[in-house]
Amino acid sequence: MSEGRLRLKVVTPTRVVVETEADSVTVPGALGALGILPGHAPLLATVRIGELTYQIGARDHYLAVQNGFVEVAADPAGGSGGTVTVLADVAELPSEIDVEAAAAEKTAAETALKSAAGTEFDRQQALLEGAVTRIAVAKRR
Amino acid sequence: MPSKQDLRRRIRSVRSTQQLTRAMKMVYAAKLRRSQAAVLEARPYAAALDAVLGALAGRVTAARHPLLVERPEESVTLVVVAGDKGLCGAFNTNILREATALIRGGRWERVDLVLVGRRGIDFFRRRGLSAAATYPELMKGVTVAGAREVARLLAARYEGGGTDAVYLLYNRFRSIIRQEVTLERLLPIERTQTATAGSAGAYIFEPSPQALLSTILPRHVEFKVLRALLDSQAAEHAARMMAMDSASKNAGEMIDRLTLTYNRARQASITKELIEIVSGAQALAER
Repeated sequence: MSEGRLRLKVVTPTRVVVETEADSVTVPGALGALGILPGHAPLLATVRIGELTYQIGARDHYLAVQNGFVEVAADPAGGSGGTVTVLADVAELPSEIDVEAAAAEKTAAETALKSAAGTEFDRQQALLEGAVTRIAVAKRR
Repeated sequence: MPSKQDLRRRIRSVRSTQQLTRAMKMVYAAKLRRSQAAVLEARPYAAALDAVLGALAGRVTAARHPLLVERPEESVTLVVVAGDKGLCGAFNTNILREATALIRGGRWERVDLVLVGRRGIDFFRRRGLSAAATYPELMKGVTVAGAREVARLLAARYEGGGTDAVYLLYNRFRSIIRQEVTLERLLPIERTQTATAGSAGAYIFEPSPQALLSTILPRHVEFKVLRALLDSQAAEHAARMMAMDSASKNAGEMIDRLTLTYNRARQASITKELIEIVSGAQALAER
């Protein structure tokens, strides 16, 4: 492998979504977006609902991810870039997203939010956030 | 000896049964391939989860998390994963026999049942044992959402103190011809699993090790449930495929036997006819 690149791996319980080398990765961390460049210090962070982006050369790539965590570690293969492993509950490529379904989900969550309270409110808000992210990512295609 | 007509009819009926069992075997071979693929696809996540948990456990000493607290096991929750349908050899029988033995075994003072799969639900209902929760629809198609629902219930029971430990009882897929009834402790999470440190270098934790633990541990539980369900599904398909295979073989043997009897009957009747003709001709010649 080339020196100074990140090995990015995005996995969900049902599949490996992305496995590639990248020049930089931006992850939606719990405390805000996390920019990761090659040579980043080892890190463990929680991931919330949002857009994950990674650059290969001059090209940007996007993923819609929902909840999980990210581990940045030294490359076991000895590369100087390090590895980025994202474990997400859901991760979708722009091409996989059904925009119409996401839009319907968004409307449904918005309606439900008006009358929801407590944990149901949180749940609906998460659904809404997920839907909004998916729509945004799908447009990046 | 049955008549030729009867024999022909029986051969035909056995043959159509054989066609059915053969078709079912093919169907379940395909389903098995799919569920085996699902088991394989879950592996990278498992490896990554273990690595993260290991890295975290290296840093978080004496982690105080409700899912890690060990209590003396007096009252436990037993999750029994069975199938929805029969015709799969000893698949359901084995798991239900083991479950009954565990309940009667006296290892625990009190066993609450959480049942997955219709066969298990029906079995315990007939024996008058009530279950804390039942999931009759889950094995129709194992999904992450389904596993999450079960895991959340179990975690809530455990955290609430209603149960001192949660065990999973399921058929583990070993090979196409072998399923193994497996008892696995789900909660509390084993220390040895979390304490496989060996993490190189100091990690930055964001937001905090404690907060990370609270996100990772429930996922660990969810994933273990998912894995057990996927394994059981693969094992069930394999068991059914093998049952259909041996049914097809048995039908084949039966057809062979019946064909032999049929041919004998046919020969006997030909011989009889010949004797009649010859003796008739002789009688004419002697006159």
